[in-house]
Amino acid sequence: MKRRDFLKNTAIGVALPTFLNGISLKALAGTPLMHALSNYMHDDKVLVLIQLAGGNDGLNTVIPFDQYSLYNAARTNIALPEDKVLKLNGYDATVLHPALADMQKLFNDGKLGIVQAVSYPKPNFSHFRATDIWMTASDSDKVVNTGWAGRFLNQQFPNFPNNYPNPQMPDPLAIQVGSVISSTFQGPAFTMGLAISNPSNFYNLIEGKVNVDSNTRWGEQLDYLEEMSLKTDQYADVIKKAALKITKQSDKYPAQGKNPLADQLKIVARLIAGGLKTKVYMVNTGSFDTHAKQTDDADKTIGTHANLLKRVSEAVNVFMEDLNYLQVGDRVMGMTFSEFGRRIKSNASGGTDHGAAAPVFYFGNKVKSGVIGKNPTMPTNATVNDNVAMQHDFRSLYATVLQNWFNLQPTDVQNVLNGTYPILNMV
Amino acid sequence: MSVPTANGSIKKYRGKWNKEQAKHLLKRTMFGAKKEDVDFFASQSLHKTIEALINTEEELPQPPLNNYNDDKYSDTEIKIGETWITAAKQTGMEIGRRRNSFKSWWLALMINQNKTIKEKMVLFWHNHFSTETSVVDNATSSYKHNVLLRQHALGNFKEMVKAITYDPCMLRYLNGNNNVKKAPDENYGRELQELFTVGKGSGSHYTEADVKAAAKVLTGFRIDAKSLSNIKGIFDAARHDETDKQFSSFYNNTIIKGRKGKDGEQELDDLLNMIFSQEEVSKFICRKLYRFFVYHSIDDNAEKNIIEPLAKTFRKKNYEIKPVLTQLFSSRHFFDDNNKGCIIKNPVDFTVGLCREYNVQFPNTNEYVDVYAFCLTLQQQTALMQQNIGDPPNVAGWPAYYQQPQYDKIWINSDTLPKRNVFTDRMINNGFARPANKKIIIDAVAFAKTLNNPSNPEDLINESINLLYMMDLPDKEKQYMKEGILLSGLQGMMSDHYWTDAWNKLTTKPDDVANKKDVTNKLKKLYKYLMNLPQYQLC
Repeated sequence: MKRRDFLKNTAIGVALPTFLNGISLKALAGTPLMHALSNYMHDDKVLVLIQLAGGNDGLNTVIPFDQYSLYNAARTNIALPEDKVLKLNGYDATVLHPALADMQKLFNDGKLGIVQAVSYPKPNFSHFRATDIWMTASDSDKVVNTGWAGRFLNQQFPNFPNNYPNPQMPDPLAIQVGSVISSTFQGPAFTMGLAISNPSNFYNLIEGKVNVDSNTRWGEQLDYLEEMSLKTDQYADVIKKAALKITKQSDKYPAQGKNPLADQLKIVARLIAGGLKTKVYMVNTGSFDTHAKQTDDADKTIGTHANLLKRVSEAVNVFMEDLNYLQVGDRVMGMTFSEFGRRIKSNASGGTDHGAAAPVFYFGNKVKSGVIGKNPTMPTNATVNDNVAMQHDFRSLYATVLQNWFNLQPTDVQNVLNGTYPILNMV
Repeated sequence: MSVPTANGSIKKYRGKWNKEQAKHLLKRTMFGAKKEDVDFFASQSLHKTIEALINTEEELPQPPLNNYNDDKYSDTEIKIGETWITAAKQTGMEIGRRRNSFKSWWLALMINQNKTIKEKMVLFWHNHFSTETSVVDNATSSYKHNVLLRQHALGNFKEMVKAITYDPCMLRYLNGNNNVKKAPDENYGRELQELFTVGKGSGSHYTEADVKAAAKVLTGFRIDAKSLSNIKGIFDAARHDETDKQFSSFYNNTIIKGRKGKDGEQELDDLLNMIFSQEEVSKFICRKLYRFFVYHSIDDNAEKNIIEPLAKTFRKKNYEIKPVLTQLFSSRHFFDDNNKGCIIKNPVDFTVGLCREYNVQFPNTNEYVDVYAFCLTLQQQTALMQQNIGDPPNVAGWPAYYQQPQYDKIWINSDTLPKRNVFTDRMINNGFARPANKKIIIDAVAFAKTLNNPSNPEDLINESINLLYMMDLPDKEKQYMKEGILLSGLQGMMSDHYWTDAWNKLTTKPDDVANKKDVTNKLKKLYKYLMNLPQYQLC
């Protein structure tokens, strides 16, 4: 059936969100299985995207150590002390925020890399618009309705959701934990992803808990509706089965609720190890929108931004450790992204305003560690108008992942990204 | 599972009258509670609201039109745009098309209902005096049956039963037309008692002999189909059984004396007088109203303190329907918190209610071909959810109103729940389209604009929940919607202004395409999410 016909006819399967206890699982209406699909992906590689919502201050994350005095002058009220920053083996010019100790270790172990100054021409400074640009991989002045991962998955799994799930792809194509489906997973007609809205709902699902509220008449009705949601959700079952295959995970995770990003990644590790064939996962943490007081007044190494970074660093590290403990580490590559970086010059409130380029972290057993690109150039007498200049178009990172991690043909990569972008030495 | 009881007596509710109460009353008595209607009635009193809902005089609607001529077929008698109820003939081709026209017409009446209980009552009586257009196979007759329901919907129940006995649609559906003295057909005589009047409750003890005796009384009523447009039920004395009819002790051993010739017709009044002298009739109907409008289960408390006094009113007022409805909807029991949000929306409430609450725009009435087509689409969607108006499953109506112990839970199963979700997804995402770019779709931005403070993300979410649901959501869930949907992952009160800025830009920078798309998509996600939560299934 053609997609257009499919849209016209509502009687048959469409991606259906049904909910159990607030958990949103995009299920698919049951359509009989037909043919095996020709070019679905044969490898078992997985990509994990970590969204740092709000616009991460890249200059206080990856610090241009070789220009320390200019850096310090541009943002004296928040600059990290020279003697507290963390060194990277083989890259003396670049250092990390003191909160990133775990990431420093990963870098030095050869499992984490940094791409410097990632952005796009004519950067946008609106959270919503910039997020949309990153998710759709559009040009700054073009509005695109599909997400980059959605286009990728649509290419690999044509006709989705018609005839899915099927034996070749019994599992969700993409899963988002901790949020609703972002535009990243939007395909030409349907979203290619499902969302697990929050971790505690995930555990309710796999433990079969229903939110019992039978003391009221509506509560009793709601219990029934929730139970029925679960039953009709075809993916709820595969997720539950995958999760239940894993009875033990790394004991290094912080207690539930202490580090929301680690909570999300713990679920991702469990689902990957549980055997889901899902290709792309997305998690998110925030809020990096540090306009004011991003550091402690007395001790610049602690405070809001430090806490945010520590959360990411700790979560990525324990996630990697868990993946290796579960013996799936070689299959997974991860990448952070944020809608924009922040201004070079700090503001008077001890924060930073919306800016342009920022560094991206990527990680995995199989990545090529290192710093790609050079430190951003710090201006003398920085003004509020000074921004970190772009060195790498963010679509280069996507192209690299698609071509070198998912082994897409260059022409397919071009189709997904609507253009050609240089491949980077990430993996 | 034990079901929580609801408190409150049949006495007049004198508690707060505000939007919350108005919403509850409107969600039950109309299809969905539109914001403007809730605001309108909340500014009045409960008394005035009920007065308006129940006592507003309404004219009969304009009849259905020929919307069905197309390149494959033209009605030879009725021009496009003219009503077909005057047609003198019909073939299978016309019946099918007119039947669809009839269903579209009816659905449009529900969507465009006045601020009264009328349309809900028509559906109630349709479920009660169930007939199927596919069995009756006569669109004119089905239309006339619907008009009969409208005329009597808030009138006198006993007169309604009498009119139903003459109704050609019912005479066909329950074989009254074939009920002749030589070989009485018991179908209508049975259902008249079992389903329409005394029912099968614990207080009903009519016997098989009573069914036979009633069938004899009813011999002679048949269809006069000499003229299609004037199709009617008449009494044909030649077919009537003129013997005496003996009834059981349940009816106090009543004997209905056989009457000769034309006078035989009067035996119908004897029969109805006998049946309506049973208190069980009033209780049966009040229970049915309760299940339709209040809650599916009638516990001992409700039977004793609500049904019995309502039934007493019904009898005292000679089976006038309005006083019963007035008493029920004015009662403390109806407004008990435990009776709010506890009904699973029937499919008509679900689809029509959605269109009404979101104020989904339809083409102008002069574009009736499009209007009828959209209404038929909605009607068919509703049928997929297992409520096909005009064609209930059988003479008992929809099981949701009688099948113990599930009742309205029957609406929701592994087939229908996904269909409900598909429908809401479609209405918020792409809508249903017709040629020339016409479509019906939820305009999320327009809906948000009707709210009091949509520029504040928390107010937007709270107000939306308040309009669409009967219950609140946990704060955690609302925070998730705010941050995950409206704020693209940004957290904290500090971030709220990003939504405010984007929302305000719709007005200050209407040409900002990217912003418009962003705000529209966020609102679509928000409402899609809200409609997918199980709370949306309740009213």
